[in-house]
Order: sequence, then C-alpha cells, then structure tokens
Amino acid sequence: MIRFFRGLVGIVIILALWQLGSFTGLFPQTYIPPPTTVIPRMFELFGPAFNVADTSSTSSHFVSDLVATMLTWLLALLIAIGIAVPAGLILGSVPSVRVATRVIIEFLRPIPSVAIIPLIIVMLGSGVETKITLAVYAAIWPILFNTIYALDEIDPLLLDTARSFGLGKARTMFTVGLPHAAPFIFTGVRLASAVVLIVVISVEYLAGGVIGIGKFTLDWASGSGRQDVILAVTILAGVIGYLLDGGFLKLQRVLFKWNTVEAGK
Amino acid sequence: MTPMLEVADLRHTYGSGPTAHTAVQNLKFEVAAGELACIVGPSGCGKSTLLRCIAGLIKPSEGTVSLHGDKIDRTPEDLAVVFQDYSRSLFPWLSVRGNVEFPLRSRGVARAERRKRAEEALEWVGLSGAGAKYPWQLSGGMQQRVSIARALACQPSLLLMDEPFASVDAQTRFELEDLLLRVRHEHESTVLLVTHDIDESVYLGDRVLVLSKSPASIVADLTVDLPAQRDQITTRESKNFVALRSEVARLLHNQPAAEPEPVVRPASSAAEDEAAAQRFLEAEREQTRQTSR
Repeated sequence: MIRFFRGLVGIVIILALWQLGSFTGLFPQTYIPPPTTVIPRMFELFGPAFNVADTSSTSSHFVSDLVATMLTWLLALLIAIGIAVPAGLILGSVPSVRVATRVIIEFLRPIPSVAIIPLIIVMLGSGVETKITLAVYAAIWPILFNTIYALDEIDPLLLDTARSFGLGKARTMFTVGLPHAAPFIFTGVRLASAVVLIVVISVEYLAGGVIGIGKFTLDWASGSGRQDVILAVTILAGVIGYLLDGGFLKLQRVLFKWNTVEAGK
Repeated sequence: MTPMLEVADLRHTYGSGPTAHTAVQNLKFEVAAGELACIVGPSGCGKSTLLRCIAGLIKPSEGTVSLHGDKIDRTPEDLAVVFQDYSRSLFPWLSVRGNVEFPLRSRGVARAERRKRAEEALEWVGLSGAGAKYPWQLSGGMQQRVSIARALACQPSLLLMDEPFASVDAQTRFELEDLLLRVRHEHESTVLLVTHDIDESVYLGDRVLVLSKSPASIVADLTVDLPAQRDQITTRESKNFVALRSEVARLLHNQPAAEPEPVVRPASSAAEDEAAAQRFLEAEREQTRQTSR
C-alpha cells in the first residue's frame, strides 16, 4: 500500500506544477486548461454530454469511440501474435531461414508505421482495415524478436534431453521451445500492447474516416478547439495504457511463476 | 546371446582437414543385459562424445553402435539418458510429475498409464508425494532423483548416465550411488555410466572400462570382483576395492602423454552459418537494447 502511494508522488507533483502554472498565468488557460478542469472532464466523457444519441456526427458518442479503439487494439494484438509467434518459432529454430530473411527484416523493421500510412490508405482505403494493418505491422516486431531471442537462449541440454527421449524437431519445438519461450513472448506482447494503442490512436487521428478516440480528438480539436476535452482524452489514453501494462505484468507473474523464480535465484 | 549394447570400431572426428580433432577412436566393447558398466577416463578424453554417439545424439564418423542387435542411427526409443546437469535438463515449466511423464507423453502412453508409471518411478527414487512440486522447489540431489525417475519411467533397455553424480555434494552422492545400485537390482536394468571418479566407477560397476587420453580408446576392461551388495563404508575398505581402485588409477596416470590436440573446433560450413547467425543476433540484440532504453 505504501508502495502504491509512493508511486503516486510523481504524478501528484506534476499535477501540482500544472495547476500552479495555470494559476499564475504561466500556461494560458485557453491552450492548457488546469487539471481542475481537465480531470473532471475526463469523467464527463462517459456522461451524457459527450454521448449524444445523434448519429449524424461521429464525434458525439465517446463511449462507442472508446469501444471501437479498444476492439481494434485487441484485434490488432491478436493478429500480431498469430503472425509473429509462428514466424519467430521458425526463424528461431531454422538458421538458414533466418539468414535468408535477414535483409528484408532489417529493412522493414526501422520503418515507422506512421510513415506507411499514405501507402496503406492507397491500398486499403481509410477504413478500419488501415488502422489494424498499421498496428499489426508495428506490433509484430517486439513479439517476433522476443520469440527469436528466447529460442536462441534455450539451453542446448534441454534440447538434447528432448532428443534423447526420441522427440523429433517439430515436436521439440512445441513441447520444449514454445514453453521455454512463452514468458519472453509474453513480454513481447506486453510491449506490443502499448505500441498498438499508440498506433491505433495515431492512425485514427491522422487518417480519419473511422471511429475511435483518435478521431474523437481530431473532431474536438478542429471544430471547437476544446483543449480541455483533448487533454482529457489524452490523459485517459495514458491511464488505459498504464492499466493494460499493469494487467499484463500481473498476469505474467501468475502464468510464469517458474520463470520469475528461476530469474530471482 | 546378443549383448545389450555393442560398440564396434567407433571413431568420431570433429571437423576435417588439418584442424580436425579426433575425440574417440578404435572403441570396441559390449555390455551384457543386466550389467552395470562404468567408463572411467581422464577429463576431456572424449567420454561425453562416446556417450552422445551411443545415445544417437551425434552420428559417429566411423563404426557402429547396436542396441540389442539393432544398429542405432537415431535416438532409440528404449534408451534413456541421465545428464550431469540436472538443473539444466529438467523442464522448469513442468512439475516433477510432468517431467517424469514427459518422455511417456511423446511415446503416446495413455494418460492413466502415464500417471501410474510416473508415480511408480517417483516411488523408486524415494520421491512419492513430490509429484506436484516444481524442480526449483527441490534440492540438487532431489532434482537428480527426478531425472533418474524420468529415465526409469521409460523402462529403457539401456540407461546411459553421463557423470550423474558429479554436481552434488559428497553425502548426497553416496545416497544417490546406493539408490542407483538398489534400483538396478530391483529392475535388472542395464546401465552404462560415465564418470571421471575412480572410486565411483569401482564402487558402482560390475565392470570398469578404462579410457585413454584423447583420442580415447579402451586401455583396460576390468571385472569388478566385489559382492553384489555393496556398502559405502565396508566395501570401500575391502582389499579388493582398494586393489582395484589402485589398478584403475595406475592405468589412468601411467599413460604416455598424448600429442597435444588443438582444442579449437574447426568450422564446417554449417557451423559457419551458425556462427554468422549468432553474430547477427548479437548485433540485433544490442540494437534492441539501445532502442528500448
């Protein structure tokens, strides 16, 4: 409990400085409203004022935007896992495949998702496919590399043990490689989760045309210049990211107890 | 009668060309069913290479290994290996029972039968009741018992042991040695045990095969003339035991020094690929470390 409160010290100081800045007029209130305005606004986002049952404007229903963003997050993360884990298992256990794909992977990896937005829009339009594709693209890397590295670090004696019991290559990959790599893969997924959230919201903001909290922010920024609403959404996105990460960490501790104990030795 | 294990003219050379390193050569011996044979040799003489050839983990450059008459070219089903490093050869994500059941699972043994055999094997090594624990919750000696139980659960016709008691403390070592003797009498197992410990080889073995320095070949095949029931104190005091251990020690120490062999393993093309992949990965990892900061 004490640790929990200690963790809050930083955030309390920032909020206090922010409030002080607004109070003394250092931050002009029109651009940076004080936390006393922004934080209540964050809760109001879920209230009737921002959830008008009017379908003519997409920016009028925050909760559906939030649900859309989170569903996209989940879908993109699942697709990325579905691609990156099998690919990582193959790349991690067949050196010739790894060497053969090395150049293409090293070429693709540093390209930021945001940079290929125009290309993807031309190819897929600006619908939900676009943000999913871009988020998947960004999320693949941490999962893929964590899978490959985990297989690299596997103790050769474990593999020999499996072989000495007559297990073939494929079977060894699933019964030894995969469980060994699981905690590392999970860490990759946790890192990817944050990346996906960032990319999904960015693409919603930059590409438009879809519902989601990025689009919601864009609408409130371009029309009314309601800085308080924009900051409220920003902080909420931060809170969501924080909670997701915390959830993943908790789950990791429960699922991979054997690994944390080993590491703690 | 065909011997349980027959090793004929075995030679294994790592690499090729001027940097080639021959680990074992001219190896020829047999192990009869129900026998416990110990192979003792100076460290680095190629004992592990020999064991890995027998286990089918590496393919020997020359010669054959046969298990009850069948030539081994891949890991045979009715063979089990206990490695020295129990902490690295048990699967940390599996419970003790899961570890013991692991080889049975891949052999398609039905669930109930698997459970039964695992419980039995754990009982043999004195670990009944520890099935639900995880390897990291056990002491080193207990972990090695789990590896032994795992090997026994396969009901192998040959049990290979690679310095199985080299990583535990002396007291545990005596316990495990006696455990092995008891279990093999109860199950009439055929065991081939590799060790660098002279006393251990004489104490455990029905036969002691003495290896030369690298490249290893057999310099002596001694029958251990000790009663089947052995005791850590009285057996080790007995005249026969002392005489035998001196003989083995003399055989090991009075060997003419072999020519110094280059230790560097020459790179075959596959090994080069592997090395290149490793370097590439290291660079990648470094990069990731930097970007993730």
